[in-house]
Amino acid sequence: MRGLVALLGREKVLGAREDLLLYEYDGAVDTATPDAVVLPESTADVAALARFCHEHRVPIVPRGAGTGLSGGAIPVEGGVVVSFARMARILEIDVPNLRAVVQPGLINLHLSTAVAPHGLYFVPDPSSQKACTLGGNVAENSGGPHTLAYGVTTNHVTGIEIVLSDGTVLRLGGKAVEDEGYDLVGAFVGSEGTLGLVTEITVKLTPLPEDKRTVMAAFPTMDEASETVSAIIAAGIVPSAIEMMDQLATQAVEASVHAGYPLDAGGILLLEVDGPRDGLDDARARIEKICRDHLASEVRVASGALERERLWAGRKGAFAAMGRLSPDYYVQDGVIPRTRLPDILRLVKDAGVRHRLRVANVFHAGDGNLHPLILFDSRLGPDELERAKAAGLEILTACVEAGGSITGEHGVGMEKNCYMPLQFQPSDLAAMRRLKDAFDPDGLMNPGKIFPTPSRCREFAFASTAR
Amino acid sequence: MTATPPLPYPNADAPSQDLIAACVHCGFCLPTCPTYAVLGVEMDSPRGRIRLMKTVWEHRLGADAPGLEDHISKCLDCRACETACPSGVEYGKLVEGARSQIVVARPRSPIERLIRAAAFEWLLPHRRALGTFATLSIAAKRLGMGSLLRATRLGVARRMADLLDLLPAHSTATRSATISARGTRRARVAMLEGCVMGSVFGETNAATARVLARNGVEVIATVDQTCCGALHAHAGERELARDLARRNIAAFEQVTADAVIVNAAGCGAAMKEYGWLLKDDPAWSARASAFAAKVKDATEFLGDLGMSERPGTLHARVTWDDPCHLLHGQKIRDQPRALLSAIPGLEVVPLAEADWCCGSAGTYNVTQPDLARSILERKVANIVRTGADTVVTANPGCLMQIQSGLRQAGHKVRVVHLMDLLDEAYRTG
Ligand SMILES: Cc1cc2nc3c(=O)[nH]c(=O)nc-3n(C[C@H](O)[C@H](O)[C@H](O)COP(=O)(O)OP(=O)(O)OC[C@H]3O[C@@H](n4cnc5c(N)ncnc54)[C@H](O)[C@@H]3O)c2cc1C
Ligand code: SF4
Ligand code: SF4
Repeated sequence: MRGLVALLGREKVLGAREDLLLYEYDGAVDTATPDAVVLPESTADVAALARFCHEHRVPIVPRGAGTGLSGGAIPVEGGVVVSFARMARILEIDVPNLRAVVQPGLINLHLSTAVAPHGLYFVPDPSSQKACTLGGNVAENSGGPHTLAYGVTTNHVTGIEIVLSDGTVLRLGGKAVEDEGYDLVGAFVGSEGTLGLVTEITVKLTPLPEDKRTVMAAFPTMDEASETVSAIIAAGIVPSAIEMMDQLATQAVEASVHAGYPLDAGGILLLEVDGPRDGLDDARARIEKICRDHLASEVRVASGALERERLWAGRKGAFAAMGRLSPDYYVQDGVIPRTRLPDILRLVKDAGVRHRLRVANVFHAGDGNLHPLILFDSRLGPDELERAKAAGLEILTACVEAGGSITGEHGVGMEKNCYMPLQFQPSDLAAMRRLKDAFDPDGLMNPGKIFPTPSRCREFAFASTAR
Repeated sequence: MTATPPLPYPNADAPSQDLIAACVHCGFCLPTCPTYAVLGVEMDSPRGRIRLMKTVWEHRLGADAPGLEDHISKCLDCRACETACPSGVEYGKLVEGARSQIVVARPRSPIERLIRAAAFEWLLPHRRALGTFATLSIAAKRLGMGSLLRATRLGVARRMADLLDLLPAHSTATRSATISARGTRRARVAMLEGCVMGSVFGETNAATARVLARNGVEVIATVDQTCCGALHAHAGERELARDLARRNIAAFEQVTADAVIVNAAGCGAAMKEYGWLLKDDPAWSARASAFAAKVKDATEFLGDLGMSERPGTLHARVTWDDPCHLLHGQKIRDQPRALLSAIPGLEVVPLAEADWCCGSAGTYNVTQPDLARSILERKVANIVRTGADTVVTANPGCLMQIQSGLRQAGHKVRVVHLMDLLDEAYRTG
């Protein structure tokens, strides 16, 4: 602690108990208190800090806005949490080359707002985009509702500057798309802070679509909504987003935004098409027809930007509105082939019933990326979280068995690291481990994440052939 | 058998555990918090402050922990986080609850106790005393005490000088009498005169009454009303706030009115919460809720009622700044904008971050001078960028704060209460 203060100055180091207690959580359910928190203001600060931690063999845990949903920013093995809240500047907006260079603490939405006057935006739009940082997006390879058409974070990052756990500063990639040699940028995006600290990011900017059409459709049950999703895609229409919500989720959402989501519907779809104005209305009309053919009780087209924003604010605020239903939630992030939606959703429901917990669903239906929100109340005792986790594990197992994966966009973190053997062979994990060792031979970067750890995962001895 | 641990908070005004439970620590509120924007640390974010309150309930932190007081008192109580929160966390109630506990749990120096007593028990509740104080302060300002105080280079003296800077150069204390509606009477209302409003901004009260009368609203006189207690509640002095609330409820119960009109957003927000303030007082809670339901901000009331007479033309480039306790505290956004654009001739330009606090927040200038300054500078920069010659708002605290910020930065931009501007428009028309 004292060493850190001497190195970086009092303003950049937190050590008081009440301060440390506030860096023990993120958006999910796991907690652990750090030994110190550092707030760097430059790459030089980060490098100095890394050298210090390397010398003293102290774990380093990067943190963006702490909106993560897999405990990625939680210092499960203690050490120093590095908050990037004070490295949040846009360093360059290069309009002709459609690039921006930013610091990692920049809030996702602030980038799109800043480049909007140039008719541009940053495509990845996690629902948390009002709050989450680009550093966090890079680490988690985050997606969002519009991932369906435009890809995830890795498709929009061309260069990064990183600091390794021994203090080495590396610049990978740049403004160009292709690079000779290994695609280390690609390897780093999605590494959840386990390979190094991102200190600068070069991202692609994309011209704003000329226009959009947003459709909200309400169905009697989730089954019709699911079938509609498959029918739309089978018809060759490529919406930029297809989001689904069940009745419980809709209650929370409607209470928070009053966007006119019908409360009596069993399932709701929010669909968007965007691009050149020509053809948009045609696509919209076809979507409307398919919805009605699948027994939609209501199909509403947003009449303008205001109504569209309301509908999206509701969808994007859905997790964050769960406090209206329950003090705690445990969200799963499994991915399945889209055609399996109806039966897996039924299985999700059964898992909830079996463990006596309510489950709300609001998710990226177009990608088959489920988000069952298992509601519980930690005030009633530790058993609540345990039951939620048990239900979650059943759901994940089913996703893997259906040919999917345990996480679509929230990352593995410390929340699903024990479940990795569900999906990966020991040889897969060993290959990943060798990549990790190449960047971080001393294992100081965000330890206890992604890879199963003997201490915390003892009870999960999965048959590694589960694939 | 294990003994039940003692309650971690001193009394029943503690921040409610149920309200805390609604926070799912999603972080959506962080980017809207002015103190987080300046300091960038979790402790000075809404999510962090709520967590601090929770850790006290969990017996992991004492209600007397210095860090708790530090971070809770850095909060502006601007409630931007409430607007941002999808889960509907009622942060204002939480932070006021936390403050009430810190006041009890943390011993204060005799000087601080004396100053608090003078301000909260003597000055604010007694309009005549406040009027005298205001007159004296304004006289001090006119005599150039500000520069004198600044010259002493004493921290305390400098902050006093900053405070003096906030006051307008003239006070216009006037008491209102019943004003009858022009034309057909559409409604009958009573008006809160307010401590600061009445003592320093008496002209704004008169203007509000005239504007209402123009629109067919009779404004009846009341007796015995007093300070609304908002500053007391913000400072954690809940007993004093309750006393004042009871006096006001009793006073307004004596008249028959459709609404109780308030033209100071901070007062209105507090009065709409009288029901919560007195919820544990069986003799008063129902009366308090009934009263609270009648409280309307002047812009809200007139906006909802609709203008029956068109105002005259004014020529100015104006911009609207939302008072926090109007937008975030009372969720009133559209009505003042509609009223403003109803004045012919005005060029209304949007203000970036109109929904951000200006740093006024009661005694914040004195208790957190550095933070208050950064927050104010941000507001001033945004105002200057609009190129407007007039800033319109609807709360005396914001008015004084923005005026002083603009003046210190050397900008000649007029700051005016919406009711004063409407009154002006009616007079030209
Ligand atoms: C309400 C809600 C909705 C959400 N919706 C979505 C969604 O639609 N799609 C989606 O993909 N995610 C979503 N998320 C999850 C989360 O917002 C994303 O994972 C986001 O990218 C995390 O960003 P953050 O800044 O909060 O990072 P944190 O939570 O602080 O950290 C996340 C991970 O990133 C690492 N990290 C952070 N900064 C750096 C850095 N500079 N260098 C190296 N590593 C770093 C941390 O170590 C950690 O492992 C949602 C979360 C919430 C609460
Ligand atoms: S937005 Fe609401 S629920 Fe989310 S952290 Fe802030 S107060 Fe808590
Ligand atoms: S009331 Fe204002 S200053 Fe206080 S936590 Fe909320 S947003 Fe921040």
